[in-house]
Amino acid sequence: MIPAPPVALGALLPALIVFGTGVLVLLLDLVPPRTKDHLGGVALAGIVIALLGSISLWNHETRAFRDMVLLDNYALFFHVVICYAAALAVLLSIDYLRRNGVESGEYYALLLFSTAGMMLLASAGDLLIVFLGIELMSLSLYVLAGLFKMRLASGEASMKYFLLGAFATGFLLYGIALIYGATGSTNFDRIAAAAAARPRDTLVTIGLGLLLVGFGFKISSVPFHMWAPDVYEGAPTSVTALIATGSKAAAFAALIRVLTVALRAAQPDWSVLLWAVAAVTMTAGNVIAIAQSNLKRMLAYSSIAHVGYMLVGLVAGGVPGAGAVLFYLLAYTFTTAGAFGAILLVERSDGEAVEVGDYAGLARRHPVLAATLGLFLLSLVGIPPLAGFVGKFYLFGSAVRAGYLWLTVIGVLNSAIAAYYYLRVIVYMYMREPEGVEVRLVPSFAGGVALAIALVGIVLLGVMPAPFADLAQVAVAPLLR
Amino acid sequence: MPLHAYLVLAALVFVIGLFGVLTRRNAVGILLGIELMLNAVNINLVAFSRFRADLAGLIFTLFTIAITVAEVAVGLAIVIVIFRVRRTIEADHLDLLRG
Repeated sequence: MIPAPPVALGALLPALIVFGTGVLVLLLDLVPPRTKDHLGGVALAGIVIALLGSISLWNHETRAFRDMVLLDNYALFFHVVICYAAALAVLLSIDYLRRNGVESGEYYALLLFSTAGMMLLASAGDLLIVFLGIELMSLSLYVLAGLFKMRLASGEASMKYFLLGAFATGFLLYGIALIYGATGSTNFDRIAAAAAARPRDTLVTIGLGLLLVGFGFKISSVPFHMWAPDVYEGAPTSVTALIATGSKAAAFAALIRVLTVALRAAQPDWSVLLWAVAAVTMTAGNVIAIAQSNLKRMLAYSSIAHVGYMLVGLVAGGVPGAGAVLFYLLAYTFTTAGAFGAILLVERSDGEAVEVGDYAGLARRHPVLAATLGLFLLSLVGIPPLAGFVGKFYLFGSAVRAGYLWLTVIGVLNSAIAAYYYLRVIVYMYMREPEGVEVRLVPSFAGGVALAIALVGIVLLGVMPAPFADLAQVAVAPLLR
Repeated sequence: MPLHAYLVLAALVFVIGLFGVLTRRNAVGILLGIELMLNAVNINLVAFSRFRADLAGLIFTLFTIAITVAEVAVGLAIVIVIFRVRRTIEADHLDLLRG
């Protein structure tokens, strides 16, 4: 008999608030008024409450369901990152949905459910919760990617995302099953104890490999990245912003915890593997991004490259390395959500403006938006004093201190390659004459607020990074004891 | 039967599913391949659970079965949406997004 565990829902509180708001949005969708304008506000309120709740729970560690759900500082840090990503996505959605005639309650509900899944993933202390979190997050995102039902690209993005995501789930689960078979448990701490007692168990090693395949798809690292450009391009831009930031942060949260806690004994194996993956991911992402003329697609490859940088921190390991990854994810979330948000506010007469050529001469007609997008791109390049620079500094610094010189060299060279395609967009905006179709700026108060929040975020993180970096280190320290 | 017989069976089912995913051109066919892969996992979990006399694996299997059903429901819904617009569900014909 398994004794019934005490039900301590407190450990799930932030995720439950978001989930509950999702249910509330579904109910409010059924009652008048017929306009859906208020639903975005309700969704945003739920996310903000969860965000404030997560911040107030800092330093109050709770474990529940026999250590399956851990609400420690590490989980809370990710809750904050995920809530920011979701809040920015909601703010960007409000006018975007109306413009495209797809306003609906289920959009916000699905967005909130997927956010709840991400938060569950961040607080997972058991492979079962990892699986549940990934599925709750992904199933909602598959549907969101296909939101524009009548647009061919949107449906295609949804289908590709679904098929490759479900395929990856198969590998992830097979890995979980093998690790369970080898260690007799799905709980991180108990796996760690069993794996330490029997080092270099073949079953654990194979399980680790399969797990990394599954996670590789979710964080879109090479060679499991091929879905990302198609999905980022085809999905509604507000959803792309969430997929690129929140889902990636959540997958990293679970990946770091699985590797550093449950599979600590196998560190020599996975750090060698991730070394190669990081080097290939950075290089492939940046090199392919050069050839892209579609901005959403370019940002997709750029986000793949950024995954490579973050893996450098994970390879470097220890509190500095893992802390740098957390800081980078926070910086990356603001930067990438901001960049997608800026693109979302520019429109051609015949649809969205996503080609680089559409941005020619933008600075002359819309100087504020051009400057904003320019700053996000500069942060992605890693120009001081913006968040991207500090994030890269911490990542590569931790790699140097851990003795991974070659990996750092590859990373720095890659940053130089990346500067080319980011700066090209800025050159188009500031130094070219407008060409072809006229583009216009869509007036959107909520979108403006989102861009302002993201902008404040990257400047704040860039100018005074120390307190945030300290928080990131405090969050990861207990994992690596 | 010894444990490794079940593990070999599960590995075979997984590989057959994998083969299906990689060779099928029809979206529903690919989905069926994925189903086989997920069911191979269930065989593994149940076998480990039985030989370790530990219930956690069985409970995990219940979760995988339930979530797999949800996954198929979402997948078929996406297939129907695509079919309505495009009149095809051949994966090779979905080539709008590339580069």
